[in-house]
Amino acid sequence: MKTKNILLTGAFALVCMSAAAQVGAPYIHDPSTIVECDGKYYTFGTGGGGLISADGWVWASGAVRPGGGAAPDAIKIGDRYLVGYSATGGGLGGGHAGRILTMWNKTLDPNSPDFAYSEPIEVAHSEFDEDCDAIDIGFLMDPNGRLFCTFGTYFGNIRQVELDPKTGARLEGAKDIDVAIDCEASSMMYRDGWYYLLGTHGTCCDGANSTYNIIVGRSRSPYGPFLDNVGRDMLQGGGKMVVAAEERRFGAGHFGRYIVEPGVEKMSFHWEADLDLSGRSTLAIRPIIWNNGWPEAGEVLQDGNYKILSRRRGYALELAVDFVRTAGGMRGFFGRQDETIVVIENQKLEEVVAGWPTGVIPARANDYMARPHQKWTIEAVPEAGGYLGGPYYRILIEGTNRALAAAEGAEVVTVPEFTGADEQLWQIEQLTDGTWRIMPKAIPGCSERLCLYSVADSTPTLAKFDFNNDNAKWDIKLH
Amino acid sequence: MKTIFKSSLVAIGLALLMPGNAAQAQVYADSSIQLDKYLVPVTTPTAAPDAQGFLGRWLLLEPISKPNRSNTVFVDSYIREVFGVQYFKGQLGNELPKDGSKVKVTVEYQPPVNLQGGRPAFNFNEPPKYEKKDVKLQWHALDSKMPNVKLFRFATNLTEDRYGVIFWAVTVVNCEEDIPNVRLAVGSNSASMWWVNGEEAVILSGDRRRVMDDCASQRLTLKKGRNIIWGAVINGPGMSDFCCRFIDEAGKPVKNITLSTK
Repeated sequence: MKTKNILLTGAFALVCMSAAAQVGAPYIHDPSTIVECDGKYYTFGTGGGGLISADGWVWASGAVRPGGGAAPDAIKIGDRYLVGYSATGGGLGGGHAGRILTMWNKTLDPNSPDFAYSEPIEVAHSEFDEDCDAIDIGFLMDPNGRLFCTFGTYFGNIRQVELDPKTGARLEGAKDIDVAIDCEASSMMYRDGWYYLLGTHGTCCDGANSTYNIIVGRSRSPYGPFLDNVGRDMLQGGGKMVVAAEERRFGAGHFGRYIVEPGVEKMSFHWEADLDLSGRSTLAIRPIIWNNGWPEAGEVLQDGNYKILSRRRGYALELAVDFVRTAGGMRGFFGRQDETIVVIENQKLEEVVAGWPTGVIPARANDYMARPHQKWTIEAVPEAGGYLGGPYYRILIEGTNRALAAAEGAEVVTVPEFTGADEQLWQIEQLTDGTWRIMPKAIPGCSERLCLYSVADSTPTLAKFDFNNDNAKWDIKLH
Repeated sequence: MKTIFKSSLVAIGLALLMPGNAAQAQVYADSSIQLDKYLVPVTTPTAAPDAQGFLGRWLLLEPISKPNRSNTVFVDSYIREVFGVQYFKGQLGNELPKDGSKVKVTVEYQPPVNLQGGRPAFNFNEPPKYEKKDVKLQWHALDSKMPNVKLFRFATNLTEDRYGVIFWAVTVVNCEEDIPNVRLAVGSNSASMWWVNGEEAVILSGDRRRVMDDCASQRLTLKKGRNIIWGAVINGPGMSDFCCRFIDEAGKPVKNITLSTK
């Protein structure tokens, strides 16, 4: 009985966590920026080692990084991988002598015959009593091919120094520059003429009581000053929030950016504590939303009942079935003053479902009228795996098992029963503008990756994703 | 004609007063409703689609009376049923009717109603009572002068039936080679159905407004040679028109085609 309860609880927990957190064994602290190598994703953590994922959703330990120490970062340059980490002193209450080291590898796959790290070289350091603690390296390769790294912790300043992208060593003559104060886990990124400096504020390493959160400032120059959204310099403690605690997860720290393709970006970081996973420190991946030039954490879609609206015209995805009139039709514009007000209920599924065809029904888009054929239940399918930062979902007409499916000819239909087939599984990702991309896992007779696409106002199909085209985007809103 | 001439002069005058290209972007209102403002008889063997790819050359059958007090009845099953009726010989066939030819059609019609205080005497809460009769309706080969084929003006200039009607249209799309992966994109007021080479291609149900690229067919191939496009538009009260073009995978208009009505 006890075993049964534990099993049931475990199964429930798996379902609960399915859409909100990475699955598998995603346990890590201070994750490096996610890097892809030969079709797999890698991230390294404090203390050595790291995680590997074949799909970006299910993670397990297995990555190998020698040297121990704290808070690594990784970046692919050409056909090699540069990995940085820090050998440090005693933490905030101890010594602050730290060394930032970099090393190369041709591959991150520890099973590859090419897997061999080069000898680490020091690119920056801090002395025992100076205003810097040289740990927590973060890399940036800017569009001009210049390689920067930032480092530092709460003990003084975050510093930046330029590296040689050919050698991974400190660029000859380069000097450390102070760019922020009292941060940890800094990182830089570049977008549309702006250099962004990200740091982690709050309390580290205290499990569910960690107030760790990720903040950002930006500058037109790689050297700063990095100002926040109200003009405060990060050297004065400024910073705009990027991601903070959620209801069941606390302590967001160690930002890393991963650009999937234009319009699809992810941020990696850790939760100091995930209450659904024993309060352990875990890898987190969220979409990056760019809001008026500022990065924010987007959402991993949660199970729920939604309307799905095209960005092309705002029409709602629906079954191609007869529109059934409901109560509340034309009754005159001017009611009597003494009329008793009554609440008219929305049309219910049981009022219309018998009139629907029982086989395949095409999908189309139309004016949203809150009708049963326009209401969708979207649920993660935990056993189906996923993609970088998200699980596959099923999309059902609410209250039924009728599922949205990709069909022959790269069209989209609904089938009467969800079977778990790949063409009924959907990759649903929030884009950098906050809208959503909806892609089938597979399309019968088609090897291309296509997304749900408005080829006409009322006609959804499957076509190539283009972030600059509203036909490829959808709004997903709770109803 | 006098009205058109006067309006044109005003438009040209205003255009000359407008700076730069701004004047070219203006579309001045024209209150004339003569047929030749919208549709003119075909005088050439073939026509090209317009700059946006809209198909402007059609054989249009004079409207078939099909009374409907409201367009809200145009759900999918209703329009499939109504357009499934064989109204005339050769409907949806590969042989196009001849310009000026007439076909016999059995139509429904609303018997004359008594007016009470200027309003029809029928009760909206009672099902309508329609009668049937045989009429002869004529085909007209016409070129549209605008992207939307203005069926309502076709009706108002040629017949007495303008509301509560079905329009049938057919054209030939000529291709020098197969053109795969195109879609027939349609907007219509109100509901409509369209067929390409005998196959149902796209249906627009509900109380539709004429919207460019409102609904599109699945991917299809326009074959080398003649492709027959049939369409039927139904409307109750209100304006009737449609616009129709082929678009490619990128949504760009297909323009390497010609249109004919023979």
